[in-house]
Amino acid sequence: MSSAISKQTDADATRRPLSRQAYEDFLYQEAALLDEWRLDEWFALFEAGATYEVPTAGASDEADSHDSLFYIADDYARLGYRVERLKKTGAHSEFPRSICTRLISNVRVLGTTEQGVVLNCKFVTYRSKDNVTHTFFGHHRYVLANDGDAIRIISKRSHLDMSSLRPQGRVSIIL
Amino acid sequence: MAEVFIPCEVDGTYRLILDDRKSGLFKVARRAFTDPDVLQREREQIFDRCWLYVGHASELKAPNDFLTRNVGGRDLIFNRDRKGTYQAFLNTCPHRGALIAREKCGNALGFKCFYHGWSFNNNGKYSTRTPIGVYPENFSADCSVDLYRVPRLEVYKDFYFVNFDPNAISLSAYLADAKEMLDLLYEQSPDGMEIIGGEQQYSIRANWKLLVENSVDGYHAAETHSTYFEYLVDSVGPSVTENMEERIARSHVLSLGNGHAAIEQQGPWGRPIARWIPAWGEGARTEITSLVSELEARVGPQRAERISGFDRNIIIFPNLVINDIMAITVRTFFPEAPDQLNVTSWALAPKGEAREFRKRRLDNFLEFLGPGGFATPDDVEALESAQRGYRNQQYAPWNDISRGMLKAAPAVVDEEQMRCFWREWAKRMESAE
Repeated sequence: MSSAISKQTDADATRRPLSRQAYEDFLYQEAALLDEWRLDEWFALFEAGATYEVPTAGASDEADSHDSLFYIADDYARLGYRVERLKKTGAHSEFPRSICTRLISNVRVLGTTEQGVVLNCKFVTYRSKDNVTHTFFGHHRYVLANDGDAIRIISKRSHLDMSSLRPQGRVSIIL
Repeated sequence: MAEVFIPCEVDGTYRLILDDRKSGLFKVARRAFTDPDVLQREREQIFDRCWLYVGHASELKAPNDFLTRNVGGRDLIFNRDRKGTYQAFLNTCPHRGALIAREKCGNALGFKCFYHGWSFNNNGKYSTRTPIGVYPENFSADCSVDLYRVPRLEVYKDFYFVNFDPNAISLSAYLADAKEMLDLLYEQSPDGMEIIGGEQQYSIRANWKLLVENSVDGYHAAETHSTYFEYLVDSVGPSVTENMEERIARSHVLSLGNGHAAIEQQGPWGRPIARWIPAWGEGARTEITSLVSELEARVGPQRAERISGFDRNIIIFPNLVINDIMAITVRTFFPEAPDQLNVTSWALAPKGEAREFRKRRLDNFLEFLGPGGFATPDDVEALESAQRGYRNQQYAPWNDISRGMLKAAPAVVDEEQMRCFWREWAKRMESAE
């Protein structure tokens, strides 16, 4: 993936990197929407055709959901249903809903691609349910586009920098 | 030993299961899921004596390839020597015990312990160079300083199993009628099957036997996985909920001997090998039609229909699950504690599958299966919930597994497949040997 990233030169406005602070504000807001279970608003951050992926714990940045088993490899429609499902009481794993806190740090703008600005940040997500608290940590890799004053998600990939999903057991929340 | 794990007295003997075939009642004591003494006896009577899945031939593609894996609570090296022969060793240095191989996988002519530097060829032979006089001249002659081999390693249709009991019956005899299930998988492709890269390793705060039950439980599907079926209606169409009764009536349970069992049905979801759904598009329909033609030509139309048209959830006693459903998952798991199990899951697919085809298969897998799917997380929730419920076992001591017991031909929504498992479990646990 990194080889495809070129230093910013003459990208058009949708691909012109903003300040790091602008991205940090965006990421904090995204994390708040997820922490507060405002899932429709969260999904609205995604551009039609966007993807959301979670490779298996410890997978490399180059892992490809075409030939490797992931935990999650959602296209836009499946991600839309993930959100719908999480709002149902039949999503037993998140009923009653878990309480989560998402911390974002180490935000770096890596460059641009055809699709948009590539951004990397670290995350720690705490999930608490039934008096058990689990920690998920790793890095998010985003491709983001500018849409006027707004930032839109073209793709989001959450790499769990852990050796396995033990003891967490599931990725029933959005990281 | 026997009195240690026994919850109640029936007809003068103590039992953990009640199997009343005449009345059609089958009960399992909840203590079987919570008692450390039961787990200890399971280690001795089951995990130290049964054939346990270690890996698939396709995971070691070339001579000298190795991988490290925990099987039955023991760290092993599963590898191929210079000639390509498959082997299994205990991953511990004969010198002072450290792990010999600490990477997940690799290619190595030999192994060197990082602690003191003892070295071994990849056939396990001691090969440490030491100045003369340090050890006796015949130090390695009796093989006592070679890597310890797992007593038994045998293969059926590319599925490798180990057994820690040197006197165990052959894998072939042990698998009994489960061999046909592996045949049906093996025949899906003219080029054989392979494990797709990427493994899902997760844990569940529940007893391991709850996952055995859950993996072949057709009864829970509609209730626990309502959100998955709602998704299917969106992506497949109304056929998902139509003819449900008829579909169940056509399903059946296979008792495969030695505690192995399977359920066989025609599920409402798409199957990458054969069952096309509109969401995949017309191009995929053509591809799938040609796959079925190839299959029919190779194995005959009747067998082709069974391979391609039917879903199978298979348990191979005690802890291997192969679910050939909307995709194929191979899943094995071990108890860490009475209320803690570790799972490893893989996806199995025809070798050399086209990129777009494989993506469709993996999408199908992830929609239902695994820690991020639309179904497995809710199974995890159910298992953990049951385990919590067992804290009440003193006053609520029994699980009921009686469903369909009086039927001549139980269906997938019955519990005969679980009774197959439990009867073997009880036989081994109660054995005086």
